[in-house]
Amino acid sequence: MKQNTHTDAVLVSAYINGDESALSHLITRHKQRIYSFIYSKVYNRDITEDIFQDTFIKVIRSLKRGKYNEEGKFLPWVMRIAHNLVIDHFRKNNRMPKFENKDDFNIFSVLSDGSLNAEKQIIKGQVESDVRRLIEELPDDQKEVLIMRIYKEMSFKEISLQTDVSINTALGRMRYALINLRKVIDKHNIVLTN
Amino acid sequence: MQKMYSKTSHSEQVAKMAPKDETVKFLLDYSKALSVIDYNKLKFEALLN
Repeated sequence: MKQNTHTDAVLVSAYINGDESALSHLITRHKQRIYSFIYSKVYNRDITEDIFQDTFIKVIRSLKRGKYNEEGKFLPWVMRIAHNLVIDHFRKNNRMPKFENKDDFNIFSVLSDGSLNAEKQIIKGQVESDVRRLIEELPDDQKEVLIMRIYKEMSFKEISLQTDVSINTALGRMRYALINLRKVIDKHNIVLTN
Repeated sequence: MQKMYSKTSHSEQVAKMAPKDETVKFLLDYSKALSVIDYNKLKFEALLN
């Protein structure tokens, strides 16, 4: 394109008067500076392209609506618009922060769905029913203490009061209950993990 | 080790950046398509494609 020697003011007034090529000259003259200014703030090519486009859409609309007062400050005016749009962009991102996955890091490697899937739910159910069957095999006094402690979440003091034994006896029964459960589990190679 | 002085600095690279040709073309087309109609002190925008 031929280098235009007219000042910005002349080109702006020509554009307002209907000369579309004047806009082309203005964009060509200032695009690098405005684009670099936006990029130096956002450091992203795509966002820079968007903000650059929005800036000139505002410029075009303002000029066509006759809202621009020519005071020989076309470039500072456009830069001000670009600056405001950059601020808008950061405000919008602060309200709704966006996380982008990089090549070496994926957010889904640290964020996982904590709920069990269908298979794991079935396994969990099986493990729980296996444990209940094993508890049924324990001697009655041990079984009673274990159920009160684990399923009813009672303290050893409460257990001792309810079963009319000392706390030490209740603790001992609990200990033997666990030892016996482990023995049976080891003996029969029962897997109780999900 | 010798230093590489030929490599352009980051600020120089930023200064040389420019928008894509499509973006500039879009803006010029948008400008051609946009017309503002004055009617009784009201301004209407019309985008004629």
